[in-house]
Amino acid sequence: MDILSYLVFFSAVSGIYAIATLGLNLQWGFTGIMNVGVVGFFGVGAYATAFLTGPAYPDAFGGFGLPPLVGYLGAMIASGLAALVVGLLTIRLRHDFLAIGTFGAAICIQLLAMNLKPITRGFDGLHSLPRPFAGLAATPVAANAYFLAMVVAIIAAVVWALERMVRSPWGRVLRAIREDEEASAALGKNAFAFRLQTFVMGSMLMGLAGALYASFTGFVSPQDLLPILTFQVYVMLIVGGSGNNYGAVLGAVLIWALWTMTETFLGAVLPAGLKQQVSALRVVLVGLILVLMLLYRPQGLLPERANVSREARLQG
Amino acid sequence: MIQVLADGVVAASFIVLGVVGLSMIYNILNFPSFAQGDHIATGAYIALGIVALAGTAGSIAGLSFGWPLIGALICATILNGLLALLIDRSIYRQLRLRNASRISLIMASFGVALMLRNLIVLLAGHDPQYYAFAIQPALSIGGARITPNDLLAVIVTTMMVVALHLFLSRTTLGKSMRAVSENPSLARVNGIDVDRVIRWTWLIGAGLAAIAGVLLGLSVQVNPSMGFELLLPMFAAMIVGGVTSVYGAVLGALLIGVAEAITVHYIAPEYRQAVAFLVVILVLLARPQGILGEKA
Repeated sequence: MDILSYLVFFSAVSGIYAIATLGLNLQWGFTGIMNVGVVGFFGVGAYATAFLTGPAYPDAFGGFGLPPLVGYLGAMIASGLAALVVGLLTIRLRHDFLAIGTFGAAICIQLLAMNLKPITRGFDGLHSLPRPFAGLAATPVAANAYFLAMVVAIIAAVVWALERMVRSPWGRVLRAIREDEEASAALGKNAFAFRLQTFVMGSMLMGLAGALYASFTGFVSPQDLLPILTFQVYVMLIVGGSGNNYGAVLGAVLIWALWTMTETFLGAVLPAGLKQQVSALRVVLVGLILVLMLLYRPQGLLPERANVSREARLQG
Repeated sequence: MIQVLADGVVAASFIVLGVVGLSMIYNILNFPSFAQGDHIATGAYIALGIVALAGTAGSIAGLSFGWPLIGALICATILNGLLALLIDRSIYRQLRLRNASRISLIMASFGVALMLRNLIVLLAGHDPQYYAFAIQPALSIGGARITPNDLLAVIVTTMMVVALHLFLSRTTLGKSMRAVSENPSLARVNGIDVDRVIRWTWLIGAGLAAIAGVLLGLSVQVNPSMGFELLLPMFAAMIVGGVTSVYGAVLGALLIGVAEAITVHYIAPEYRQAVAFLVVILVLLARPQGILGEKA
């Protein structure tokens, strides 16, 4: 029973990461937008859902006690709007400046979470968020299992929608922009509009992941908005295979498994006083995996599949 | 006002020493290194390790430390350069040999950044540390109060910038570096040893980063994220300065340092880090080529 509840918990969290990784895959994998501010949009979603669904706090505005579903939708809208603002400012920039710009945007979002106390309560964070299914399920484990089922259903829906989108003419334009922006512009494609669309949509998925995370843990604070999360999501995508939606999901599960297992394993082997060292060691390990993947298998475990349009296939 | 300016110049001196490496790596190796901040931290910790062995006995002319720290600073400069060289050999160079994209190099630098920072935590822990605890009375210069350590930071930084200028403009190696940053293939055709240029880029970039780390450690404290927190200001300085020019980056650092000091004094100290981001956005929107940008 203990192992079962652990597995449910583990799967739910890796599913949340998978949704964020799918969002990044749309931006980076398909369109080549190097968003180094994943955690910022994740954070906007987490705070938005806490703002809408949380209990009323005596010392902060917000906490309307709305149902979780409203919180999730609100989170997607909020992170989409945040992405629209950041995107309008930065999306025209070349890769490297876009990376720096989004990196800075995420830091600013974290600063707001820390300092905008009338809404975020600073480092105290927003706690006691309602856990979805808590009223429906008999035990906490069953509530987690329902939550997991919901996350899996969301992933299935997102993968299905993304697969249709990237195979459509719209999706082909994304890859054309990724490979050669000038050539696609010469063919009359408005690269700015396409890039902005994917940036907003991908960030909405990151916001949804943040919202699910906040409502699953029941708590959000600036501690959840560290740049390490951006790094984790990138490693998940690169290991799984950027440009492949199934790869994004696979990478999220594998890296999250590695992340939690190193803690469990190293925590068991090493003395308890070395907790700091254990968490540092696993970051080094994951960094090493990233570098090795970049060197020896840059296409990831599940490489992007060549995507030929039906018309071209008929002619061939 | 003079105090704000003085604080800004002190803050700028750490950014200046860090951004030189960032700018050189950007122009010669063609990617923004997200690990430059953490090279500052490794430099500070290498010096800390040496100080822990040798001690900081004594105090020179009002500064909070003695001669052993000067020795540690010099050793850390060299060792930090060699560490960066080792990382280049084992990671970035391998990626270059595989013709990896700029994005792969950026990602790799992201990985290097996290590995360096967490190796520091692994070896030295999270807690802030200090080189020395001697109390130093602040000096009063033209109406501004400044500690001897901070004054030293400004002086050393000025000396380093002058030395860098002489190096880039007077020596053959310096001229080769400028040639490679302008046009690597043309430089190679003209018989410039590009690999040698790359080696010195890391040695100088990480060496100056180590000096930044030690001076910052003397001014504030030594902690694992001390360099990472300078990354955004450094990027901002490089972009404000027009990206292609080391001199521009140095001026950009001054601007960012003063802008941060103004924010801390007059607006809201907790949003200090947001200044760099706002400056970047404003510059990129108004003049995508930067202040001192050369026409392509």
